[in-house]
Amino acid sequence: MTTSSEVYKEPEKKIGNVVLEVRDLRTYLYTKWGVTKAVDGLNFEVREGETLGIVGESGCGKSMTALSMLRLAPKPAARTVSGQIILDGEDILQRPEPEMRFIRGQKISMILQDPMTSLNPVYSIGNQMVEALGMYYQGEDNKGLKGRAVDILRKMGVAAPERRIIDYPHQMSGGMKQRVVGAMAISGTPRVLICDEPTTALDVTIQAQYLRLLKQVQADTGVSIIFITHDMGVVAKMCDRVAVMYAGKIVEQGELRSVFNNPSHPYTKALMASVPSMEHAHVEKLYSIEGQPPALFDLPVGCRFANRCEFADAKCLEAYPPMFQDEDGHTADCWRLEGQWKKVAEATT
Amino acid sequence: MADEILLQAQDLTKYFPVTKGLVLQKTVGWVQAVDHVNFSIPKGKTLSLVGESGCGKTTTAKLILRLEQPTTGQVTLEGQDVHTIDGDELKKYHTDVSAVFQDPWSSLSPRMRVRDIISEALIVNQKVTKVEAYERVDLLLEQVGLRTQQATLYPHEFSGGQRQRLALASALVGNPKLIVLDEPVSALDVSIQAQIMNLLKELQDSYDVGYLLVAHNLATVRYLAHEVAVMYLGEIVEQAETNELYDNTLHPYTKALFSAALTANPDSQREEIILRGEVPSPINPPSGCRFHQRCPYVMDVCSQEIPVRKEMAPGHFVNCHLY
Repeated sequence: MTTSSEVYKEPEKKIGNVVLEVRDLRTYLYTKWGVTKAVDGLNFEVREGETLGIVGESGCGKSMTALSMLRLAPKPAARTVSGQIILDGEDILQRPEPEMRFIRGQKISMILQDPMTSLNPVYSIGNQMVEALGMYYQGEDNKGLKGRAVDILRKMGVAAPERRIIDYPHQMSGGMKQRVVGAMAISGTPRVLICDEPTTALDVTIQAQYLRLLKQVQADTGVSIIFITHDMGVVAKMCDRVAVMYAGKIVEQGELRSVFNNPSHPYTKALMASVPSMEHAHVEKLYSIEGQPPALFDLPVGCRFANRCEFADAKCLEAYPPMFQDEDGHTADCWRLEGQWKKVAEATT
Repeated sequence: MADEILLQAQDLTKYFPVTKGLVLQKTVGWVQAVDHVNFSIPKGKTLSLVGESGCGKTTTAKLILRLEQPTTGQVTLEGQDVHTIDGDELKKYHTDVSAVFQDPWSSLSPRMRVRDIISEALIVNQKVTKVEAYERVDLLLEQVGLRTQQATLYPHEFSGGQRQRLALASALVGNPKLIVLDEPVSALDVSIQAQIMNLLKELQDSYDVGYLLVAHNLATVRYLAHEVAVMYLGEIVEQAETNELYDNTLHPYTKALFSAALTANPDSQREEIILRGEVPSPINPPSGCRFHQRCPYVMDVCSQEIPVRKEMAPGHFVNCHLY
């Protein structure tokens, strides 16, 4: 009998040129309480074969960022009021709406947290995949499309895909459904894959399988991944670079190790300190950030973290800090870095 | 263990029938949700059940809360079998053992003011007046980090973390000896999780209450639990004092589970074992050791004989043929 499980080796990573560049992206929601600044002046870029993690707590605007990139933010409440999303040198915010159907799936694609929001319960897996593939490979017959669906499912680690293709979503386990969703997301060979908490609903051992699979797909196809999550463990495992979001803004961004080993924004520091470790015994009380994030429709004029920050002084309450950068390209928006790091951008609010 | 035992589960087993047919129902199989499970919780300590979905940890919690009747075996609270009591004794049991659930949005009645939610158990199970009950509510609200003025608000006026504080207050109202915590922090944000975990520890110290913690996040468990039992397909496969278990995992499933858990440390040099396949169905679990089909160290004996529980170190038990 062969061993059924093994020790895992990481696939090799190749990082190329910039594929996606987001400049000053702002998506506001116009609600009866006022203007909710869910995404408020984001700047980031992703290279070919690279994984960028966007971390933050619920309500910080990370999912709205993902939807804005696909131009799927809920209308009419949400409007992307400014910014550029440059994919392969072209600003997709300027494209007419009908063209977006070809950009979604073939240029940018997305995996959501709950696979049942992406799958239709009354159609078989094969049916749904063929429908999507029919758009990417126009003129190809059903048989050919089905063959492609089987190949992609196999690539996503679905056992016996020829048989599974006639199954309906309810006949599959959560992990298997998420693989099907992943297969549909990569079926249009996109340049950028947005993963919005894809493993939160899965068990840990299934999560490990799934993350490994995503890494393999990335190594094979060179797809850039934007990984949206609140789980620091997943970020540490998956990402090359990480952006930390708080109340609609990226407050800190940099190489994974640089941010994890040297968190420079007090929010990032506090977030890291409040995650318990499973590698060490606990002797002391866990650090916890008191209070709650500000409401996005009633933001303070100064730093948005100031009311929860233990280092905040008068300056923090008066004005939002500019962006500071160290020599490795690690950036953070915090007044305490003034004089230590180089100022690279004025405050954007 | 020198500590006084609060709650004990002996040979606890729960099988759910799988039936066929609408009118003439016929039992065609059994879901072996919990299978001969043994553990005990000392007074004022935390035992945690960890495992993946479907491993039986929630069913075990339900058996302890008397929400399910066991197929065989028994649960005793301070020596008394909890599934045979009724009347006043049962009322007392329901004040002695309470629960906090995962989702703070579905566990609080939206139509009641928080002081009525919190005092309800007290008024139903103990002879107290409303005034006395409300006094207790005020005290509890302060202890869980809320203000007494908030007693007249409705649950929707609170955030997720605050709601979990309310759920804790209502669990504490009858001075329980044991609280069953079913994933108490997993629905909360990271920074709020830390607040609630610290609160749980503080309350345990001040009330000397025991916790049965059902959780899947191993870091949360390490922070809160004194002892951990790892469950797989309805069975406890390994059990030990928390630090002993985390430093020295023995069962191949525990090893795989721990290696799959991700740490917030990019330089973590842990060996990563990835299991093939998924947890088999508990309707017809595999013969012998239930883990043998996915085990990297499988031997011939594993599919034939059920491994017996062995004590490898003081208080560290494992069910595996390797040892």
